Amino acid sequence: MIVEIGHFALVMALCISAIQATLPLFGANTNNRAWMALGSPAALLQLLLLAIAFAALTHAFVTSDFSVNLVANNSHTLKPMLYKVSGVWGNHEGSMLMWVLILAIYGAAVAIWGNNLRPTLKARVLGIQGLLGFGFLLFIIFTSNPFERLIPAPINGQDLNPLLQDPGLAFHPPLLYLGYVGFSTTFSFAVAALLEGRVDPAWARWVRPWTLAAWGFLTGGIALGSWWAYYELGWGGWWFWDPVENASFMPWLAGTALLHSAIVLEKRDSLKSWTIFLAIIAFALSMLGTFLVRSGVITSVHAFASDPTRGVFILGLLVVSVGSAFALFAWRGPVLRGSGVFHPISREGGLLMNNFLLSVAAASVLLGTLYPLFLDVLDLGKVSVGAPYFNSVFVPLMTPLILIMGIGPLLNWKRGDAIIALQNLKIAAAIASIGAVTIWFVIDKATVLAAFGIGLALWLLISTLTELANRIQLFRIPFFDTWRRIRHQPRSSWGMTLAHAGLALAIAGMTASSAWRVEAIQTMKPGDSVIISGFNFTLRNVQNIKGPNYLASRGVFDVRRKQSFNITLEAEKRIYAVSRQPTTEAGIYSTFLGDLYAVIGDPDAKGGFITRLYFNPLVSWMWVGTFLMVLGAGISLSDRRHRVGASAGRKVPGGVTA
Amino acid sequence: MKRKNKRLSLISAGMLALAGAVALILMAFEGNIVFFYSPTEIVQKQPRSEQRLRLGGLVEAGSVVRSNGSPVVTFNVTDLTTSVSISFKGILPDLFKEGQGIVAQGNYRDGRFFAEEVLAKHDEKYMPKEIAEALKKSGKWKGDAKSR
Repeated sequence: MIVEIGHFALVMALCISAIQATLPLFGANTNNRAWMALGSPAALLQLLLLAIAFAALTHAFVTSDFSVNLVANNSHTLKPMLYKVSGVWGNHEGSMLMWVLILAIYGAAVAIWGNNLRPTLKARVLGIQGLLGFGFLLFIIFTSNPFERLIPAPINGQDLNPLLQDPGLAFHPPLLYLGYVGFSTTFSFAVAALLEGRVDPAWARWVRPWTLAAWGFLTGGIALGSWWAYYELGWGGWWFWDPVENASFMPWLAGTALLHSAIVLEKRDSLKSWTIFLAIIAFALSMLGTFLVRSGVITSVHAFASDPTRGVFILGLLVVSVGSAFALFAWRGPVLRGSGVFHPISREGGLLMNNFLLSVAAASVLLGTLYPLFLDVLDLGKVSVGAPYFNSVFVPLMTPLILIMGIGPLLNWKRGDAIIALQNLKIAAAIASIGAVTIWFVIDKATVLAAFGIGLALWLLISTLTELANRIQLFRIPFFDTWRRIRHQPRSSWGMTLAHAGLALAIAGMTASSAWRVEAIQTMKPGDSVIISGFNFTLRNVQNIKGPNYLASRGVFDVRRKQSFNITLEAEKRIYAVSRQPTTEAGIYSTFLGDLYAVIGDPDAKGGFITRLYFNPLVSWMWVGTFLMVLGAGISLSDRRHRVGASAGRKVPGGVTA
Repeated sequence: MKRKNKRLSLISAGMLALAGAVALILMAFEGNIVFFYSPTEIVQKQPRSEQRLRLGGLVEAGSVVRSNGSPVVTFNVTDLTTSVSISFKGILPDLFKEGQGIVAQGNYRDGRFFAEEVLAKHDEKYMPKEIAEALKKSGKWKGDAKSR
């Protein structure tokens, strides 16, 4: 019964989205206030209906109702409760339902907090949001209905893919989708602004919080996925340039660019059509990501079950929505002319370079990801483009980006003075070069590239702190005044400082863990020891243990360094009872300087086990760094100027609007 | 500088940067593309030993040999016409099973494939497209039968 209610709510949501997609848009065009006003209640109702549908599906999973096809295929009575719930989105149909639910959440958020928007703009934004919802609901109902019944119902289910039965991956999809779908809001705002033919700083001010929210969630989602790959795949790595990873990284790059160009539009009424373009691209890349993951067109290390017909439908949605947005952009774009002019050496100039480099980076990832597909379609052979390509593109692109990240925030708007900025950064430059050279001499495995990477991280960290010190006039004015300045810094500035410093930590972690990872693969019998990076790993024993829905052999390692350091690592190889599928659970111990990491493999005939041991330097810096970036986004989002009800329009110098 | 000249120099600087970026991407592409071979193709074409490539097929039943006391594993992959021996040092991925499709990345030397990486699909229902096509080419494809 509850399943039928969910199914019915889903169909009702489709009908409501059809209303939301039409009447408010017509109303905005004909200036019919009553029709325009329909947007908000429609968006709220759609959220309610989809929440009911989602709750109904969750109920089916929690109560293990195997008369529902999806539950039978992806759940099992013995599964722990957390994974019964996360099983809702651990499959294609359920994850698409979550996608539209999040779309509806964003739509409702615009309806609730968009009261200070121009009525026509709000109606249009909600209308576009409704159109997107309509397309995706059609997709769900006709190709991927989660409420399909299975008769007769089996006694038990086939269990969720064991790799997905993991706390990291339970929360990875919701965060990632909150990011992906968050860019639907900026997309809707961009299209609505094009329909209105009006893009002004006030528009940028409305768009920025949505961009920030989407960006923060996406950053968190990518980091969580990377963390999962790190401890679950047992390869010691955290990023593989896999098409599925690239699919989430491309919108992140475009979103980062959008976040920065929206600042220029808000503050200086410049880069208008570019910002609109980025808003469309960011969502286009999000949809492309969904298409790549869901259609299985690309062979990937972790592409899950997929079905080509669904891929075609998503591709159709992508082409129609993004295609018409670009057509509109081509038609209306030329009238968007900014009023702010600026010198190349200025804050705007720095942000423009940031945008250029990030866009090229996104384009290079896109090319590397789609190239194998093109060759395949043209029947020119089967290829794969892997890490060496991406590394050789990313290092030269990110280097100038990070150098500019240090200088840019110290430049004035409109016309900056590079000499003064660089004088301010003398200390940063000195520490960065001394740091790089020291590492080059002290660590015997240091390559030029690795030393350079650490130097860049130092440069970014120190210059970010220098900029903060300048802003609060540290040591230049009495401490009491500095304190007052600290307290009066806008939260968005704190957000920037945190996010930039977080990136610096993450770069240090990425560089160190790729350059100085020590790996040992060997066969060990209980009692055998291996020494890596001064740590003595001893395999104490291998126990057979029984989990709720799996059996495992657990290797217990004692790790010692001198007398003072003594810990135990537990690495497991699990076999899940229902699917007979094995998974690897790495044993990891994180320290400030690096992670100790152990994986146990198959036994041989003489009682030995293949083991893989690592010392992974500074990995935790990466997680701390990304956490700071997300925190920065959160703090920036809480800025009073972004908050609800803040007066929208600041008087713009020469406020010409297109 | 006049505004017009300024804009011109800005645009040309932008073009120059873009050209640099394109050159960078093309250079990175060169030599970093890894070609996929089926066992039959690799035996016919005999690629150079320094070339990194991918080899995919089904793991031949009964061919997996784990050596005692060393972490090297050898097994054969086959497209049911030709089979090639692969040797790999390390822990095989969780989904590695006899009879399943895998993709190995590494070098081909003297009739043997030395893998640095062995990839197996996360989903057992799914066969990598390359392998399905390799099987189709060798005429041994048995239709879209699902394992479940």
